[in-house]
Amino acid sequence: MAWVNAIIQGILIGGLYALFACGLSLMFGVMKVVNLAHGDLAVMAGYIGVGVIAVTHVPVLWSIPIVVILMAVIGYILQRSIIQGAISRGELTTLIVTFGLSIIIENALQQFFTANSRGIGVGESFITASFSIGSQIVIPWLYVVIFVLAVVVLLGLQQYLSRSRYGRLIRAVADDQEAAQLSGANYRHVFGIAAAIAFGTVAVAGMFEGMITTISPTLGTDTILLFAFASVVIGGLGSLWGTLLGGVILGVAQAVGAQINPSWEQLAGYAVFLLVLVIRPQGLVGQGATS
Amino acid sequence: MTEKLAASSRSADLTDVRVTRSRSNTLYSGVGALVLIVVLFAFPYYVGPGTTGIMVQGLIVLTLASMWNLLAGYAGLVSVGQQAFFGLGAYFVLIPAMHGITPWFGLVFAAIGAAACAVPLWWLVARLRLGYFAIATWVLASVVMLVIEQISSIGGGTGEPLPGLSGMQPAVLTAYTYWAALTVAVLAIGGVYLLLRSKVGLTLTAIRDDERAARSSGVRVGLARMGVFIAAAAGCGAAGGVLAIEQLQVVPGTAGGVFSVQWTAEMAFAVIIGGIGTIEGPILGTIVYMVLQQELQSYNAWYLIVLGAVAITIALFARRGLWGTVVDRFNIRLFPVGYHLWAPGESRRRKRREPAHVAP
Repeated sequence: MAWVNAIIQGILIGGLYALFACGLSLMFGVMKVVNLAHGDLAVMAGYIGVGVIAVTHVPVLWSIPIVVILMAVIGYILQRSIIQGAISRGELTTLIVTFGLSIIIENALQQFFTANSRGIGVGESFITASFSIGSQIVIPWLYVVIFVLAVVVLLGLQQYLSRSRYGRLIRAVADDQEAAQLSGANYRHVFGIAAAIAFGTVAVAGMFEGMITTISPTLGTDTILLFAFASVVIGGLGSLWGTLLGGVILGVAQAVGAQINPSWEQLAGYAVFLLVLVIRPQGLVGQGATS
Repeated sequence: MTEKLAASSRSADLTDVRVTRSRSNTLYSGVGALVLIVVLFAFPYYVGPGTTGIMVQGLIVLTLASMWNLLAGYAGLVSVGQQAFFGLGAYFVLIPAMHGITPWFGLVFAAIGAAACAVPLWWLVARLRLGYFAIATWVLASVVMLVIEQISSIGGGTGEPLPGLSGMQPAVLTAYTYWAALTVAVLAIGGVYLLLRSKVGLTLTAIRDDERAARSSGVRVGLARMGVFIAAAAGCGAAGGVLAIEQLQVVPGTAGGVFSVQWTAEMAFAVIIGGIGTIEGPILGTIVYMVLQQELQSYNAWYLIVLGAVAITIALFARRGLWGTVVDRFNIRLFPVGYHLWAPGESRRRKRREPAHVAP
């Protein structure tokens, strides 16, 4: 029964991993940018959340849209300024610039907020509240809520990309930038919108991370970026449902690993990632990870 | 030999064109480099251990930067996981030392061991390109760290002091560490220089200019990349070994440990600032890095923030870095790895390149 418990918790945490991964996947899919600062942006969003709650005293749930809007604006501005500048200079420059951003954000957070970890308090009663199935399986409500919200965000993103005007524009630019440009789409603006969405999703994920556990400045490069990337690779690029599947598989692998030996949690997740990378580099669903 | 051949084969139809690797300033710079190395080796006799201690850090970064430049600048392999080999190198000094082998000789193990570990790791990431390669190497570095932290006999997650050097006077130890670091750095830069002048260098240039064309001409792209990956692992491993000796302990972990991504940040930023794709660039970049680090060391993490900002600015606005700017202006190369085509009537003494004109 402990195993079933671990697997259920793994599935639920997998939703959060997918939420981390979808922004990374979106930016690569649309602008061919591998954003090495992705994990640090999540942590930054978490810290902004801590600050917003401390200053305005809004309820935690209301702080999420504020942080999402703030991060989306930051994303648009960053994309239109230095990331766009890097894209036009080649992939090496893009990697250097996002890597530079990653190191700057991480060390700036360390400088201003110290290396101590912080949590986003959602109220003692809600964190500890859980429901049980039978006598052995105990599931915290917070995990369920976060999984459901993660799926809702992914579903919304999927619908937005396939139905809305801007969603279609984003896909058009992703498919053929020049043709879209000739048809009157300003691809720079569309890139900015895509970055704003990616930053918005990572903001939600960063806030949730702060609620489930705690955030610290090095978390972005230590785990979040790597988990997001592993989810994308396991699931396969170009499919949001593949990303969700990838996140869930990573989450379950980690939970099962931790069940065998608590210090194997991350290793078990990476083992599955490496296995997929070797056996099925295009991912379980999706088109391909190689060049 | 190649120079003469290349020149003579063309001389039939182009009478006045010569192709050489070196120009007169190469001779001067070669002699200059030798003098510099001798002066640097004599340093511990003139300056205090404080200065040589700082120099050791600089030489570690210099070695790392030269390796990263080889990877990213010549083979197009943007690795963000070089801390894996850096850390492994530290452990390959530690493990023999725990069995009674002197850490100085352990540096050889560090280079060979890191290179040996690079082979299976290369197999995992060989198919990936650019951004995917970058994050995948990062994941591998994390995996290497997690595996090493499982082994309790070499300190597990907390680290282990380095035995075997406790009998030495601190000042003497610092001097020896400095000489070891300098030897590693000189071998690294010299190795990169010789590698790039060899057939491998030609292969890498062909790949850099047009990978598809190179591949279809029968250039063994994968093999060349693997060679560079392994060579860079050896260099980073040796640098990690020097760090183990300098700190007299090996601490894993990402916060201040040998597996911190900050090592890769330092090497990458030094290369970008100095000028990627040149041998001189990492040297210049390391000097800038050391100045920044020394100036800002009382402000904790600020030097990395400033270094990152400078690297981003240079990547965006001066892509060829500081050395690239120097080359553009004065047309000098201290380590010539390409060929120079002498325009008809161009004099050996001329420093500035004439506006290009078509040979008759």
